[in-house]
Amino acid sequence: MMTGVAEDEEKWLAAGIAGLQQNAFYMHRAMDSNNLRDALKYSAQMLSELRTSKLSPHKYYELYMRAFDELRKLEIFFKEEARRGCSIVDLYELVQHAGNILPRLYLLCTVGSVYIKSKEAPAKDILKDLVEMCRGIQHPLRGLFLRSYLSQVSRDKLPDIGSEYEGDADTIMDAMEFVLQNFTEMNKLWVRMQHQGPAREKEKREKERSELRDLVGKNLHVLSQIEGVDLELYKETVLPRVLEQVVNCKDDIAQYYLMDCIIQVFPDEYHLQTLEILLGVFPQLQPSVDIKTVLSQLMERLSNYAAISAEALPEFLQVEAFSKLNNAIGKVIEAQADMPVFGAVTLYSSLLKFSLHVHPDRLDYADQVLGSCVKQLSGRGKIEDSKATKQIVALLSAPIEKYNNVVTALKLSNYPRVMEYLDNETNKVMATVVIQSVMKNNTHITTVDKVEALFELIKGLIKDLERTAYDELDEDDFKEEQNSVARLIQMLHNDDPEEMFKIICTVRKHILTGGPKRLPFTVPPLVFSSLKLVRQLQGQEENPFGDEAATTPKKIFQLLNQIIEALSNVPAPDLALRLYLQCAEAANDCELEPVAYEFFTQAYILYEEEISDSKAQITAIHLIIGTLQRMHVFGVENRDTLTHKTTGYSAKLLKKPDQCKAVYACSHLFWVDDQDNMKDGERALLCLKRALRIANAAQQMSNVTRGSAGSVTLFVEILNKYLYFFEKGNPQITVAAIQSLIELITTEMQSDTTTPDSTADAFFASTLRYIQFQKQKGGAVGEKYGPIKV
Amino acid sequence: MKKENGQTVMVPLFQSQENVCGKISIEPIQGKKIEHNGIKVELLGQIEMYFDKGNFYDFTSLVRELDIPGDIYEKKTYPFEFSTVEMPYETYNGVNVRLRYVLKVTINRGYTGSIIEYQDFVVRTFSPPPSLNTSIKMEVGIEDCLHIEFEYNKSKYHLKDVIIGKIYFLLVRIKIKNMDLEIRRRESTGAGHNTHVETETLAKFELMDGAPVRGESIPIRLFLSPYELTPTHRNVNNKFSVKYYLNLVLVDEEDRRYFKQQEITLYRLQEGS
Repeated sequence: MMTGVAEDEEKWLAAGIAGLQQNAFYMHRAMDSNNLRDALKYSAQMLSELRTSKLSPHKYYELYMRAFDELRKLEIFFKEEARRGCSIVDLYELVQHAGNILPRLYLLCTVGSVYIKSKEAPAKDILKDLVEMCRGIQHPLRGLFLRSYLSQVSRDKLPDIGSEYEGDADTIMDAMEFVLQNFTEMNKLWVRMQHQGPAREKEKREKERSELRDLVGKNLHVLSQIEGVDLELYKETVLPRVLEQVVNCKDDIAQYYLMDCIIQVFPDEYHLQTLEILLGVFPQLQPSVDIKTVLSQLMERLSNYAAISAEALPEFLQVEAFSKLNNAIGKVIEAQADMPVFGAVTLYSSLLKFSLHVHPDRLDYADQVLGSCVKQLSGRGKIEDSKATKQIVALLSAPIEKYNNVVTALKLSNYPRVMEYLDNETNKVMATVVIQSVMKNNTHITTVDKVEALFELIKGLIKDLERTAYDELDEDDFKEEQNSVARLIQMLHNDDPEEMFKIICTVRKHILTGGPKRLPFTVPPLVFSSLKLVRQLQGQEENPFGDEAATTPKKIFQLLNQIIEALSNVPAPDLALRLYLQCAEAANDCELEPVAYEFFTQAYILYEEEISDSKAQITAIHLIIGTLQRMHVFGVENRDTLTHKTTGYSAKLLKKPDQCKAVYACSHLFWVDDQDNMKDGERALLCLKRALRIANAAQQMSNVTRGSAGSVTLFVEILNKYLYFFEKGNPQITVAAIQSLIELITTEMQSDTTTPDSTADAFFASTLRYIQFQKQKGGAVGEKYGPIKV
Repeated sequence: MKKENGQTVMVPLFQSQENVCGKISIEPIQGKKIEHNGIKVELLGQIEMYFDKGNFYDFTSLVRELDIPGDIYEKKTYPFEFSTVEMPYETYNGVNVRLRYVLKVTINRGYTGSIIEYQDFVVRTFSPPPSLNTSIKMEVGIEDCLHIEFEYNKSKYHLKDVIIGKIYFLLVRIKIKNMDLEIRRRESTGAGHNTHVETETLAKFELMDGAPVRGESIPIRLFLSPYELTPTHRNVNNKFSVKYYLNLVLVDEEDRRYFKQQEITLYRLQEGS
């Protein structure tokens, strides 16, 4: 069916072109023989082809363009006729004898063009006559094209100021009047198209109309090109007249297009100076007009204008552009009751961008915009519309992007209030944006207030918002989010310990609301951040005044204790243990024995009560050993208690090899090389011997259960420990002991039951090589190693 | 200057109260003589009805005797003159009626029959511009359907005049396709129950293309010169009248015609005046 129509249309167009060409041919012949009468006759016949109603705008345009070309030739002919002495006035009358109105008016416009050029009559009179006479065409399509033709032939002949057709004092008014009238009539025709024809073809009509819109819009372009239209005239005449037409036509397509056209065609400074008039129109437009796009365009243009020409800035202030725009938006939203949230937000988003560009120093403006936006959103609940959400994100991102500094955004009191209207998902996205901005720009957030504000912004990430379904949450995303929060915590810094302490307290308050899923992510950075402060304080002198309120490491440690304790509820014992140990180490550096002891206690409790997995136990025990080894703050008693416990734990590990490793590691607890008061060689040896026993037991167990002995690695490792203490001067480690261990290993390796293990072999070999090397070194070391036989 | 039976011939043109004068030459065939019982020239104003062909009604008849009875042997020229002839009517060629002026030369010969020669000439009557010439303004319509107001700037137009006017649409509920202005001539002949009325459309001038909406005003500018119009003739010698009408026709999409006819008076304006 549709293809049928299209085919028919092709046929009609072809027929039209054929008819046109045939008559054009006769017209040319008549023109060549200077036969005016025939030329008129055939030209009228040629133009009759344009009377068709069968073509769509697109095809009609094709036909029109052909006719247009022919009319150019005819115009030249008319000019020659006039030069040959044919009165142009007569010619002007002659063409009006044509019986059909459409050809008549095309011819009239053509002669009219020559008439104006001849200057036998004032351009304004001729133009006025032409534009009046064109009223005879009430058919939208034909009328639009005819008037477009008129506009085309007249555009270089307007009685503009400075033009050769300039008339008397009011010349500019005449030029303007002409264009305005043609514009008005064209718009009426264009709008009328909408209401003609069957309702079911509405879509098709709208498409056709959009194809024709530039014909109408061109008039505005012509207006903008008139030299004489200065700001005054534009403000007093042009704009009100155009807007009147826009408002009165009550057609959404036209209103949208024309408003956009006005904004695009006329200079920005005009817009700025006529802002009130222009904006006053928006609330009067049809409810279905896409005002937000147009208005956003306007604001964008104005922002760009402000960006390009700095000298225009005072003008912006002078005309109070911002408050006018703000008001207008409010009114538009009020007027368009069923405007979707998305529209309103888009408007505010544009206004915000405008404000940020034009008045970057006026943060209050930005806040005002956000405030208005909140007002619009209030009572609507969370926004579900994805487009609206997107716009809000854009709205909220704008200040951050502009200032590259979240701190500025934090000053906007309405900022978090807007965020509240986002759904949880988007809220998080937005929070991530905020955090990323902080990261990217390396912004340091330095005061408690700001930290408070910041956490208000990102609370979507900090704690569970109501109605969040965790099941739907992607684990990776969640980790990503929380990692970013963790990074953010590192950015909160103030060199002043007092403030920093407050910041820490604030952060703590917030992150503790985060629930068990978040704490493992958020607690460590806070702990380390606090420890950083501790280290900072540690370097300073004690507060000489002993001020109670002053921040001391002690206070921080108390706080830390509480923070880490929170993890136990998660539960995340591994992590808590590590953090306790970290804290203990810091306390150690601060010479706070009781504190350090407390942390160790906590760690031990965790070990005993919470860490049951044997692998986790191994890791934990090694961590404990490592930390404890470095502790120097403990008195003998405390240290004994702790080391004893540790050795005990080590021996109770599940697997023998693990036991062995832990036990020989414990030996270091008794012999700390750089601390003279901790060189208990006997107990170190005891540990090693015990380890050796366990290794033996492991070997035997392996023999029994698997029929082959395990690797000798454990022995080699113990040998290395022996060598270490030997070298460090532990008197309990004797050459004989080493010697026998070497022999033991050699025997074991040669034993049939031992599983060959190349790694262990290599390890042993290199250990032996080391002994050899030390022997050859000579001096004290060489002497020491001398007796060992390999 | 006037067209006759498809062909164009040049004929003398007069107006009322003019002297009609000329010469008549009679030249017998070489070596022959013409015997006659007198020669006369007549100036006749005739009205001829086509349905009553051959029956002329002479409303003007003037005679000049040119020669007493005698013989003509060689070419002889007679000057003649009808001075300040009253010729009240214009020459007219209509559908059913013709008004003509003719000079008739008769050479009376007894038994062989007279020799008669005709020479047509044309008379035009000129009128001064009318002192009273009001515009025609009218509001017409079909209830709840179409309401228009139209205006023609005058009620009396000379033949080279231009009709200026406008049509204002007060109400449009029908889908109008186009609007034409027609000039119609109504020629009525005879009298009483014998009256014949013939209407011709002499001009069809498109005023508007497409459907207007309420509030539109469409301009009219119609030049009369291209059309073959005559002045309005009212009751010429009780024989016929010629009247002109402007007919405004609106055609809707179903090709229904809505029209309003309005008489206008045409007159011939003295050139140069």
